[in-house]
Amino acid sequence: MRTLTESDLQAYTDGQLDPLRLAEVEAWLADHQGDAERVASYRQQNAVLHALFDPVLNEPIPHRLVKTERRRWSMTLPLRYAAVAAWLAIGGTLGWLLHDAQEVRSGAGMSLVRQAVIAHAVYTPEVRHPVEVGADQEAHLTAWLSKRLGTPVKVPHLGTLGYELVGGRLLPGSSGPAAQFMYQDARGQRLTLYVRGDNGGNQETAFRYVREDNIGVFYWIDGPFGYALSGDLEKSELLRVAQMVYQQLNP
Amino acid sequence: MSETDRMIEENIPRLRRYARTLVWERGRADDLVQDTLERAWGRFHLWRRGSDLRAWLFTIMHNVHVNNIRANCKTPVQQSLDEDALDIPVRATQEDGLQIRDIQAALDCLPREQREVLLLVGLEEMRYEEVAKVLNVPVGTVMSRLSRGREHLRQIMMGKTIPELKVVK
Repeated sequence: MRTLTESDLQAYTDGQLDPLRLAEVEAWLADHQGDAERVASYRQQNAVLHALFDPVLNEPIPHRLVKTERRRWSMTLPLRYAAVAAWLAIGGTLGWLLHDAQEVRSGAGMSLVRQAVIAHAVYTPEVRHPVEVGADQEAHLTAWLSKRLGTPVKVPHLGTLGYELVGGRLLPGSSGPAAQFMYQDARGQRLTLYVRGDNGGNQETAFRYVREDNIGVFYWIDGPFGYALSGDLEKSELLRVAQMVYQQLNP
Repeated sequence: MSETDRMIEENIPRLRRYARTLVWERGRADDLVQDTLERAWGRFHLWRRGSDLRAWLFTIMHNVHVNNIRANCKTPVQQSLDEDALDIPVRATQEDGLQIRDIQAALDCLPREQREVLLLVGLEEMRYEEVAKVLNVPVGTVMSRLSRGREHLRQIMMGKTIPELKVVK
């Protein structure tokens, strides 16, 4: 048989040896203890490296590395604002597309969406202060926002869909306080649920969908609240989330 | 999130692991990953769709790292040997009986060229051809660096007599 080369020995160690050569190398190693020991030692080196460094694979990815992604995203933000502004200007026309004459007259749906989209665009890129009250103080968050909105507010839990609550904040609505809850999945993708409590009436609407630039919004009015769920997601995925929100708010 | 974003993000844990072997300290290792990602985003149009994305990202990381080293050599910075600054993961080291500091020290003794090959092959489990591409050297060079690096490490370990290593199967 051919003499064992240094490359054979390395490739054997790493399981990268040509299968035709494998049997020959094994036969050689059976007769040459020194080489067999080297292989064992090199394999042990590999095992030690894995034992030492594999735990890094399971560490949560630091926010700033996901942020690298977000920074790229935020470069398009001025465009996004421009789009939102343009949309505000033609809001009345767009309203016609919503196929709800009453709503267009009142403008309730559109102003709800406008405020929700602006709040989404403003707060989701926020790295250090995305929310005022974090999910770790959820009871306080709920109590506080319920008090400010003047009606008991429920916070949906979307963990089964992969979105964990980040927290929430109080925002100005068109004629009173509103709330925004933020959710985030493992990859840092964020959704917001905008809740406005100043709807006044007890009307109800079906889910409606609009999309502006990359932000999709499902919105609906349910009793005293108007809701708008915003996110940079496919429509079907966003609908799934919206349905879960609705179910949890109307058990 | 686009398909591209997802593909790159999938590689972040591996990039972080490799970075930690190049730069021991966690914060600086993540700096390296961040620089790599930023450069990757900026040059993504240069990536040939269908080719190996991991190899492409590792190539960028290698280049960034080498450039950093060159820059540091111009203005030498005394590296901190503060125990706390060495943020190596320490999973189950007691049970494994691994002497992390000794292995670190042994790896540090290797020339950078040998250490890189040893880690890309041993830890990343790249094929030799991939390693050659990442480091932009011929496969023959990869083989000789691997061979010398491993033997070097073995000698250091034996010389320092680290019986604890034998515990690891």
